[in-house]
Amino acid sequence: MSKLILERLKAQFGADVLEVSSFRGDDVALVKPARWVDVARFVHDDPRCACTYFVDLSAVDLCDPRTDDLDMDDRFEVYVIAYSVEHKHRVRIKTRVSGDEPRLATVIPVWSGANWMEREVFDMYGVHFEGHPDPRRILTYDEFKGHPLRKDYPANRAQPLVEYRDGTFNKLGPFLQDEGMPLNRSAAPDERN
Amino acid sequence: MEPVDLDFEEADLELPSEPMTLLMGPSHPAMHGTIRMILKLDGETVQDVDIQPGYLHRAFEKMSERGTWSQVFPYTDRLNYVSPLLNNVGYALAVEKLLGVEVPRKGQLFRVILGEMSRISDHLTCNGAMAMELGAFTPFLWYLKAREWIWEACEEQTGARLTHSFFRIGGAAFPPTEKIQAQIRSILPRTLEVVAEGESLLLKNRIFLDRTQGVGVLTKEHALSMGVSGPVLRSCGIDYDVRKDKPYLTYGECDFDVPVGEDGDTYDRFMVRAEEIRQSCRIIEQSLDLMKKIAPGSPDDAVSIVDPRIVLPPKDKVYTTIEGTIAHFKLIMEGIDVPPGEVYGYTEAGNGELGFLLVSRGGGNPWRVRVRGPCFFSLQAAHDMIRGGMLADIIPTFGSINMIGGECDR
Amino acid sequence: MADLSKLETRTIGGGESGFVTTKFEALLGWARKYSLFQYPFATACCGMEFFSTASPRYDIARFGAEAPRFSPRQSDVLWVVGTISQRQAPVLRRVYEQMTEPKWVIAFGTCASCGGFYDNYATVPGIDKIIPVDVFIPGCPPRPEAVLDGLMLLQDKIGRCDRTPETVKNTLLAEGADEALEKLYQIRMKP
Ligand code: SF4
Repeated sequence: MSKLILERLKAQFGADVLEVSSFRGDDVALVKPARWVDVARFVHDDPRCACTYFVDLSAVDLCDPRTDDLDMDDRFEVYVIAYSVEHKHRVRIKTRVSGDEPRLATVIPVWSGANWMEREVFDMYGVHFEGHPDPRRILTYDEFKGHPLRKDYPANRAQPLVEYRDGTFNKLGPFLQDEGMPLNRSAAPDERN
Repeated sequence: MEPVDLDFEEADLELPSEPMTLLMGPSHPAMHGTIRMILKLDGETVQDVDIQPGYLHRAFEKMSERGTWSQVFPYTDRLNYVSPLLNNVGYALAVEKLLGVEVPRKGQLFRVILGEMSRISDHLTCNGAMAMELGAFTPFLWYLKAREWIWEACEEQTGARLTHSFFRIGGAAFPPTEKIQAQIRSILPRTLEVVAEGESLLLKNRIFLDRTQGVGVLTKEHALSMGVSGPVLRSCGIDYDVRKDKPYLTYGECDFDVPVGEDGDTYDRFMVRAEEIRQSCRIIEQSLDLMKKIAPGSPDDAVSIVDPRIVLPPKDKVYTTIEGTIAHFKLIMEGIDVPPGEVYGYTEAGNGELGFLLVSRGGGNPWRVRVRGPCFFSLQAAHDMIRGGMLADIIPTFGSINMIGGECDR
Repeated sequence: MADLSKLETRTIGGGESGFVTTKFEALLGWARKYSLFQYPFATACCGMEFFSTASPRYDIARFGAEAPRFSPRQSDVLWVVGTISQRQAPVLRRVYEQMTEPKWVIAFGTCASCGGFYDNYATVPGIDKIIPVDVFIPGCPPRPEAVLDGLMLLQDKIGRCDRTPETVKNTLLAEGADEALEKLYQIRMKP
């Protein structure tokens, strides 16, 4: 695909664009968190880029709890993907924030669709978006503690809202009393083991 | 009785209205059991709405990180459970993009055919359910009848009615069965007939037209910045379709149109879906013809690539040869060794652009599987379609964005 | 009325009155079992199969259970169709509590029965951790045939006034299943 956006980004932001790549045809730019909104606005407004179509915003946890420090710098990689219906090209902009009180500015003024996605990133990873008009959880509930997609959150640490009944659960086959199949492959610790 | 004093001004008769808060869902039949809406009503007008998804959050992304790359397939089935094969295709293509491999031609055509079948079933369900929610029960039953035919064909091929898990990284689980092509050819005209019959009941129906036309309007600019895709975006007049704009598989060779609406209202969304069913039928017919032209025995005539590091060996090899056993064991126990990297693979699923952002750090397990479920974005935009409208219009509007809980809440 | 003579009678305690009560219950159960008003609590993929079961091909109306009621006050059977997440659990329990007696619960699908393969922080591992269940229907999703089996099992249990949880049996394990399967196969294979 066209590398036009990446070139324009480099020309415009210079050293603030830390890294560009085009692995398997995906144009990716890694930028400094301080310029996050500026870059987003540029990609949206610049007539040669014109990425007005908001595709996705999410995050990746780069920390491996077996080897890394949980508060490491550059722990969460937040990315946004934008597409131009006019020029038919797309770009992925990434930035990294620290694991200790991660914060980032919101891009809702640029693409209004970022609203729920930022809520989701907050819910799943605990990244606070400054200036977000409605910073609530979205997929889990308000009583939920922790951020489930962080690598150090055990996959099966449930936080039930209603008390489980006790007594007999005499299910017949094929169901066992405490059904479940831990796959035992995860990087995250498993509560049951 | 005292006679009513008729000296009132018109304004005095109006009851003072305070905004009323109404909870709708999640156990409301039209909310698909998974959405709660907190409505602020002024009379019957919706002043404001807070849409709360998340009642079907099943931790797809967390579960994907726990297994191998292939173990994600069953979970993808249950994302958009009305068109599971399209999700299978989307995920398989994303992993293949990361691996840098491409399936043979027959496998590609096969994916197109089964995927489009799924799309038909998706649109039939959505349009039928929307009509039902407006009180038209007959089209719903007819559309379900047609959906049964499609599921039957899928069952013939994959062995499951709904949760197929049929495609694999690097191909498909089985080659096409003997009967499947004839079966698909025979159900397509019947399905089109049913669609036309259902439309004949609806499109000249005053009630249906009044309740859908001009209701739940979404503007172009708004749709773009909200990230809406699929039929909902196309109904606003933007012809963005991944199958056309960045053709994958063999869509580039097929001759089909992308239906586009004008007003972005509920009626347009209904019509775009109905037209897409017809286009899907065209694609399937052409793909079946193309499949026939493949010379038997040529390298094109296979559904899976030949690579023991990616594709499971055939079962007879597993049981009789040591290489087969070892390859099978390694693939099952360790998973496919996907090289480190990060890609975003996207396809056109039933509801729009279905994207998978995959991060691999080598080894058999995904590091991160992010799915961009298209109806999460449509649902976000529903806020603006609903606000300012009438309370009763929520039902058709919500029905027409085809919110599928599995994909929306993941 | 032939069915009536087959009604089971049970004696609880001694004396005539005990005998009469059980007999009456059994009669009531017999009367109830063919007019079940259902509340489909459909949340996830299983809901699609639930629609199929209600649709013309499988036609749940044959069993006197075609009338869905979307108010818990008017329904007898709560079908829990699909995954129940932790967030949904209070809603489910509330719906159950709002239903009037007599009420029965069917767990439709693996997710409702035991959480299925969603063994994680978000999902309730089986609705019987929250509300009592009468019939479990395994399958992901269960085929409509299995659903009808489950419905018939529930009707049977209502007739017997039996409230112990039961699972729809895997018919493949039953005696004579092989022959039945062979017959079915031959019917299906006929041109
Ligand atoms: S049992 Fe299977 S089909 Fe049913 S809700 Fe659960 S995952 Fe979906």
